[in-house]
Amino acid sequence: MPVAEATVERIRGNVAKRNEYLNEFGDKKGPYLYIIVATGNIYEDIIQAKAGAKQGADIIAVIRTTGQSLLDYVPYGATTEGFGGTYATQENFRLMRAALDEVGEEQHRYIRLCNYCSGLCMPEIAAMGALERLDVMLNDALYGILFRDINMQRTIVDQFFSRVINSFAGVIINTGEDNYLTTADAVEEAHTVLASQFLNEQFAIKAGLPEEQQGLGHAFEIDPDVENGFLYELAQAQMAREIFPKAPLKYMPPTKFMTGNIFRGHVQDALFNMVTILTGQKLHLLGMMTEAIHTPFMSDRALSIENAQYIFNTMHDLGAELSYKKGGIMETRANFVLQKATDLLGEIEHMGLFATLEKGVFADIKRPRDGGKGLAGVVTKAEFYFNPFVELMFNEKVAKGGENA
Amino acid sequence: MSGGLYNTHKADFDTTLDLTRLKAYGDTMNDGKVQFSFTLPVKNDARGMEAARQLVRKMGVDDPNVAIAKSLDKEFTFYVVYGGVAHSVDYENIHVQTVEAETMSMEETNDYISEHFGRKIIMIGASTGTDAHTVGIDAIMNRKGFAGHYGLERYEMVEAINMGAQVPNEDFLKKALEVNADVLLISQTVTQKDIHIQNLTELIELLEAEGLRDRFVVCCGGPRITHELAKELGFDAGFGAGTYADDVATFAVTEMVKRGMK
Repeated sequence: MPVAEATVERIRGNVAKRNEYLNEFGDKKGPYLYIIVATGNIYEDIIQAKAGAKQGADIIAVIRTTGQSLLDYVPYGATTEGFGGTYATQENFRLMRAALDEVGEEQHRYIRLCNYCSGLCMPEIAAMGALERLDVMLNDALYGILFRDINMQRTIVDQFFSRVINSFAGVIINTGEDNYLTTADAVEEAHTVLASQFLNEQFAIKAGLPEEQQGLGHAFEIDPDVENGFLYELAQAQMAREIFPKAPLKYMPPTKFMTGNIFRGHVQDALFNMVTILTGQKLHLLGMMTEAIHTPFMSDRALSIENAQYIFNTMHDLGAELSYKKGGIMETRANFVLQKATDLLGEIEHMGLFATLEKGVFADIKRPRDGGKGLAGVVTKAEFYFNPFVELMFNEKVAKGGENA
Repeated sequence: MSGGLYNTHKADFDTTLDLTRLKAYGDTMNDGKVQFSFTLPVKNDARGMEAARQLVRKMGVDDPNVAIAKSLDKEFTFYVVYGGVAHSVDYENIHVQTVEAETMSMEETNDYISEHFGRKIIMIGASTGTDAHTVGIDAIMNRKGFAGHYGLERYEMVEAINMGAQVPNEDFLKKALEVNADVLLISQTVTQKDIHIQNLTELIELLEAEGLRDRFVVCCGGPRITHELAKELGFDAGFGAGTYADDVATFAVTEMVKRGMK
């Protein structure tokens, strides 16, 4: 228990440090510009991240190497070899944190650092993030089950503990609903995104994670050839904004219909940027015009930031000037999606979540209850089981919440 | 700075199209105009701009013109450069390998399979190795398909199995044997430092090592894949941008007939 208490104390110190920075520099009012680095080498990542931060990025996410989500352990030390991303290790977290603090102090801005909990090591990586003052972490209650074929019982257990840690560490979680739309159709399946946002919200609340830290995800993935597709995107984004008013929504750029035509892609990204500024999305993952060609060049990122800054500035208050037509295409669309999501949640309530996942309701992917990876790690709690961290972190948070309420 | 883009003093181009001396087209035949964009790891000043100009000149460009130079960081500058390429190519003597099959519709393919095989053809697909993107394989396999071309799952006479992304080559092959597949489809969407080539090569080596290469029709696809590259790597066919499920299905089933597969 003393070890646990010391660790919790260190995390408290990190939260205080973040608040200190935010008090000193102030926090950004509009959308956070969120970029990704993915070189595979932490030192190269740092060069790219610093350049991105100087160009205006507010959040730097370090993509993990391929396959890390399926490791049932966390690698150790600074790493320089990864494919499509860089290993999430505590040392890599520390190195990047130090680099971003350095740029932040230079720029008088707090640069947030993001990494990924999802996978077989959700609590472990959440813990590393808490120890090294990460600010944003991907943490979806269902993503691992659907997209990494991790056993559902394992994931539900893991997501709880990892969210308790995220919550205590003041980390904004990102949920992965955008992924549904990369496999399923963005018009037909919009309601599954909303249904999953509701589920993620409830799982988060159960883990004591406040709405202000719930970066519920969605995406701009409607086929550009759909007539009025932009209206549907705008309607859905506004709907998410109104349903989850306090959540710092995470909005993902077009990927599925990025074709390699960089010029058209840049326009698609511009439309995506417009939706964000009109509807107050918060974690704005910048679209890259070279999506579907290669991992971004340094210049791709700079052009993308320029694009977003231009639109956010020139349309800064446009959202507040507009209201949506009663009974118009957009209001009707939002009502329709909400109704379908409500029906689906009713169905899930009736069937149970596990049965729903077995049926393939989300992202057209079916998962068996006893299938997938990591089931061997699930055991029934013994009579005298206790988790010191849940006691220290969860109970403190809940007690604090009680005082506030 | 960019006045040179529109200079008119050099109005003596030969404007006839000569396919043995093909040049890029900007707005006048044979003007050779191209655009470049790249970053140099140097600071943004006159010397950096001259470096950009010289680099482009070395690529065979006359009168390179730096349209913008933008700082990305203290020691990194992004350039957009225009110019006319002096080189030409002989288009008449270019021969490219492409998948040469008259593409059949879904119905025609179904009929073709019924007629030649009298059973369903089993096609298994995945985005293998490190690639986390399912966009490509989904476009070919998912029922809905892509851009109006139905995916293989919709083909009555095809049993389509989509294993998704990040499937190790070994697992892919294991599954192919387990379901007794006829056709293997490998997608590689996004690549870093040409890892897709290594990955594709590995699959073929694995097939050959196990003595299984002839048992399957093996195709790969993705934005960076050409038929020529695919053949070079030992695949039966490669499908690049602008090809769909019907192209893949047509090739696969006609190839099976050609090889006398039952």
